[in-house]
Amino acid sequence: MHKVSLGATGLLGFAVVWQLIPALGLVDPQYLPYATDVFAWLVQEVRDLAFWRRLRLTMTSWAVGLAIATLAAVVLGTAVGLVPFLRRATHTMVEFLRPVPSVALIPLAVLMFGLQMRAALVIIVYAAFWQVFVQVIYGVADIDTVARDTARSFGLTRRERLRYLVLPTALPYLMTGLRLAAAVALILAITAEMVIGNPGLGRSIELSRSAGDAVGLYGLVVVAGLLGLLVNIVFRFIERRSLTWHQSVRSEETR
Amino acid sequence: MNTRPAGPVARAAANFLFALGLPFLTVVLWGIWSTASTSRFFVGPLTILDAFRQIWIGPAFVDDVLPSLYRLALGIVASIVLGVAAGVTIGRFRRLRETLEPLLEFFRAIPPPVLIPVAMLLLGITDTMKVVVIVSGAIWPILLNTIEGVRATDSVMVETADSFQIPSWERLWLLVLPAASPRIMTGVRQALSVALILMVISEMFASSSGLGYRIAYFQRNYLIAEMWSGILLLGLIGVSLAVLFGLAERRVLRWYHGMKEITRA
Repeated sequence: MHKVSLGATGLLGFAVVWQLIPALGLVDPQYLPYATDVFAWLVQEVRDLAFWRRLRLTMTSWAVGLAIATLAAVVLGTAVGLVPFLRRATHTMVEFLRPVPSVALIPLAVLMFGLQMRAALVIIVYAAFWQVFVQVIYGVADIDTVARDTARSFGLTRRERLRYLVLPTALPYLMTGLRLAAAVALILAITAEMVIGNPGLGRSIELSRSAGDAVGLYGLVVVAGLLGLLVNIVFRFIERRSLTWHQSVRSEETR
Repeated sequence: MNTRPAGPVARAAANFLFALGLPFLTVVLWGIWSTASTSRFFVGPLTILDAFRQIWIGPAFVDDVLPSLYRLALGIVASIVLGVAAGVTIGRFRRLRETLEPLLEFFRAIPPPVLIPVAMLLLGITDTMKVVVIVSGAIWPILLNTIEGVRATDSVMVETADSFQIPSWERLWLLVLPAASPRIMTGVRQALSVALILMVISEMFASSSGLGYRIAYFQRNYLIAEMWSGILLLGLIGVSLAVLFGLAERRVLRWYHGMKEITRA
């Protein structure tokens, strides 16, 4: 409860500062509209069915992209992380492909799939995949040497080693990767809509920008932020639930 | 790798094969496929290389590539400095962290490309705006990883520092930053790719020069080989960044890897 009130104070403080900046004339309200105007716009917008329909489109491409990326990354990441040969053989390729910004592939995706959700999915999967993949490889490589030697002396089978050694070590990394991937997938889902123009939240943002509708633009930015926040809260909750035994979570609760 | 210790030459050859084997195979397969396939969007590696040489080696390097790289570097440095400084401060004080957490979560949650229209509105189409956009996206992985790293500092060490009454400045340098540095470096690694993405999009949206602008221009004009050469160049920039990062990481985390080596021996 204490934590909630502290957080609410932080949010409230931010809203007050936002309201004061145009009110004190530091920035022209034409460029930074009043917080109250933006919130009034939001209240009006959430009653509009078209708003929810756009939101659903964005979240559909997000969910599908994230699911594909995570599945592929966990399977491939575990294999590559555990087998030294694969790790060495794929290293250059991974190091070259991973840094290729997924947005550079937008032109290619558009040429291949047209102005559709599938073009957006290519970008989303590409970006989210590396987030999870790299974390899984890091996690699998971070196995405690004493624990590994112990497992070996006790003659644990391959399956047991995966379950009791690899999974607990890699899980914090996987969860971090998943949380980041969820955020990145949302970023790319909205970016794709802004650049490619498939319907959704991103396209509305681009439309209100070109229409010079500052209140609507800020309102949609807030919506995008809230959406991201929701995604993060859900994934943080999953992370906490699955890592109740880990130092970073445990020390919080005993203190 | 195997039981018999290999000589330095054999080891170098093996490293070389491992490093270039798969990329080489991929390029060869791509070349064969592009000659066989009728799709006009997949051009062969030689055509791309040719376009690469014609476009990027020359005045375009000074006009488009260097300004992009300059903005990228500025954005990354600013993100690291601000992210670590803020992360250590927020991670150290629990109350501060809890006050700011929802707000930080909110700001991190805003997809940074969405801020491009806002930045255009507030700052106009300038270099500053592009750097601000890069920082506004790249700072979060660093900031949040730093907070996490500071938070997960070994509790025995913290209590030891407490009982020895280590002054806070020394504690920062000798305990908190080193303890958090593996996480910080993870954050920086992620920030690099975000920064590169934002550099490209900010130029696709609001620029008449730069790499992102060029690639979008080539696509709109169906200059396929040129577009691929731009993607290749972005890939090369990304790889160079990763190599530079790898060197920096090895230096910063030398003690950490050393520690793992010792426990292994």
